[in-house]
Amino acid sequence: MQPPASPAVQMRSITKRFGALIANDAADFTLRRGQIHALLGENGAGKTTLMRVLYGFYRPDTGSITVNGQPASFSAPRDAITQGIGMVTQHFALALPLTVTENVVLGAERGLPLDLAAAQRRVQAAAQSFGIDIDPAARVRDLSIGQRQRVEILKALYRKATVLILDEPTAVLLPQEADELFRALRRLQNQGLAVVFISHKLHEVMAITDQVTVMRNGRTVNTVDTAHTTQAELARLMVGRSLTPPPARPAPPADQPVALRLDQVSAQDNKGLPALKALSLAVHVGEIVGLAGVSGNGQVELAEVLSGTRRVTAGRVLVEDTDITNADPRRVMQAGVGRIPEDRHASVVGEMTVAQNMALEHLGEFSPRGLLDKAHITRHAEQLITTYQIKARPDDRIRTLSGGNMQKVILARVLERAPRVLVVAQPTRGLDVGAGEYVHGKLLEQRARGAAVLLISEDLEEILALADRIAVIYEGEIRAVLPRAEADSQRLGLLMSGVRA
Amino acid sequence: MDNTGLALFLVGWAAATLRVATPLIFATLGEIITERAGVLNLGIEGIMFMGAFAGFAAAFHAHAAGLPGYLWLGMAAAMLAGLLLAGLMALLSVYLGVNQHVAGLGITLLATALALFGFRSVFGENAVLPRVQPFAQVELFNSVPLLGPILNQYALTYLAFLVVLPASAWLLYHSHFGLAVRAVGENPEAADAAGINVYRVRSLAVLLGGALMAAGGAFLSLAQLGSFSPGIVAGRGWVAIALVIFARWDPARGVLGALIFGGVFALQLRLQTLGFTLPYEALLALPYLVTILALALTGRHAAYPGAYLKPYRRE
Repeated sequence: MQPPASPAVQMRSITKRFGALIANDAADFTLRRGQIHALLGENGAGKTTLMRVLYGFYRPDTGSITVNGQPASFSAPRDAITQGIGMVTQHFALALPLTVTENVVLGAERGLPLDLAAAQRRVQAAAQSFGIDIDPAARVRDLSIGQRQRVEILKALYRKATVLILDEPTAVLLPQEADELFRALRRLQNQGLAVVFISHKLHEVMAITDQVTVMRNGRTVNTVDTAHTTQAELARLMVGRSLTPPPARPAPPADQPVALRLDQVSAQDNKGLPALKALSLAVHVGEIVGLAGVSGNGQVELAEVLSGTRRVTAGRVLVEDTDITNADPRRVMQAGVGRIPEDRHASVVGEMTVAQNMALEHLGEFSPRGLLDKAHITRHAEQLITTYQIKARPDDRIRTLSGGNMQKVILARVLERAPRVLVVAQPTRGLDVGAGEYVHGKLLEQRARGAAVLLISEDLEEILALADRIAVIYEGEIRAVLPRAEADSQRLGLLMSGVRA
Repeated sequence: MDNTGLALFLVGWAAATLRVATPLIFATLGEIITERAGVLNLGIEGIMFMGAFAGFAAAFHAHAAGLPGYLWLGMAAAMLAGLLLAGLMALLSVYLGVNQHVAGLGITLLATALALFGFRSVFGENAVLPRVQPFAQVELFNSVPLLGPILNQYALTYLAFLVVLPASAWLLYHSHFGLAVRAVGENPEAADAAGINVYRVRSLAVLLGGALMAAGGAFLSLAQLGSFSPGIVAGRGWVAIALVIFARWDPARGVLGALIFGGVFALQLRLQTLGFTLPYEALLALPYLVTILALALTGRHAAYPGAYLKPYRRE
């Protein structure tokens, strides 16, 4: 194929500030027609901001954009849409009570009357021509996440997009759904579509893209052909240094005693429907058990049962020999359970200081004679801040901390107690690679110390990287428990989608 | 009561029900369109009041000037006043992102005070209320046996049932504008990403709704009474707010709600004249109690528009 005269999109020296924060710093980006181009970088590197500029969501402070060689200036998404640019954001821009057809034609057509039957036929025809399998009459509310993503892609293509921006499209998908998305993208690429694929997952970038532009700290660091690079090089460009490979770790010695045992545990969700169905699971001393599953299959309820905030309707929960079934959170803690909750903002008091939050769970120790010993609270915080390398002062209000530092505060608060059982939910969600690495290191330290770790995560890579054994939860049941050596993302994906082992 | 008496009673009741429901239909449909776009317009009570005043004052002066269609000029003036107040509501709640409760209640206070002030400025303090000859009921169906009195209604009543209701339903469900209204009310981010101007669509919905609310108010002064008084709206705006929830934001159910309220209201009027022994205050309260009851029964599972009360700001 001979190179086309002008690239589909060229962004030059784009700078975008939000107050004091520089989200994009003289970033350059060139997208050729008919290519799949990765925009790779850590969280906060500026990938999404740069693409939101291209989609007209943000106006750049400086810099220029050309589309098909013509200068372009977008003040709203509709300007970008008319230039053939479509974007599928991480949070789908769909109105749930409306049908697929209504979502697709929304804003795409002019005139007052809307002939729904005819619109449905047009949407059906478009879906077929692009090879997208979707029922145009379905309500979006009733669709799976993978199907909703297809609606989003169809929406862009229906508006005659020639450039499609996908913001972390696989973050919400099962491995099988991701494979299907990749096949669809290849087909669309053959029809001439150019795709921007925003991601921080290296193996996906290697698998699907033709070119990679790496971003770091708001700048575009480098653009390389995928065929001429390696995961290691991309990782180095992305982080700005070489990642240390996780240290080889010995398999946990066999025959360790069970530290946490769930025995036929049942519990209900907030609507009173069964969320856990006679679930049994054991975590041994010195091992990490990963709990894999699509969100909403009982993970939240299980974590709450293990923190004493949700009642068990049947079954028993044991920490070593202590029965903590339906014990209150204080007794659960005293029994030796530490927990890193899924929602870190909900497990700290945002308006209180770092030091106060660190003392909160054990106020008795900091208030002899019933009065708070402020000096003690501050000393305690200073010590944890040093030990856990937290970038904060004891008197900072905790809500001002970055996600990574807030997570370190929570880690410090729990780990200083050397819990025998550690229940960790989505510990690196929303953290950048550096902070994520730190958290993973700490979890491995706990394992080495002899703690029993239950790692609840929707990130399969995280589970595969850390767990000794992997349990798959589906509709409140444990569908399988596999040793790490027998697990891969394909097999786990099937189990997570409900296929019986 | 013999059979003829019962029949007369029922026919009279049904005819009155349609009349009482008419202003509520205008107001409820106006509020439904507004709320479907994600804006709660609590200015409705004041906008109806202003509509009743502006309509009456314009009609009064047009009549004095000898203009023939003075009542329709009054209606137009009322809707213009409704548009102005709704424009203020749109400015505050859509463009400036002011809390919708505060903006709406503020507009009700402002419009009520302005209308009272206007009434005194225009008509002074008279012992006798100024009056205009109101809309007459259409007398096309006198030859229809028994049902004639039900079918003989104000032109505005026909308009409410036969034009405004189908037009509202068509607009919401069968037009691109209606799709945009529902989308900005459910998920403005999605609508924005789809290329819809969220602010404009919301503002248009608020404006259209305001015009309908004011028309409902003007029905009271120009059709039902032929005069204007401080108690003319008597909480009908608040009733419409409740009917919108009862209707689950659907125009046809909104009309049904207006009919139920109208039916109970007309019934208690009749019971009063029949010399029923209950204190009349209790009878007066009846339609409002029924509204609360209907709301309690149906409102608990109401699925509010997704972006109800939320101002839209692009991050």
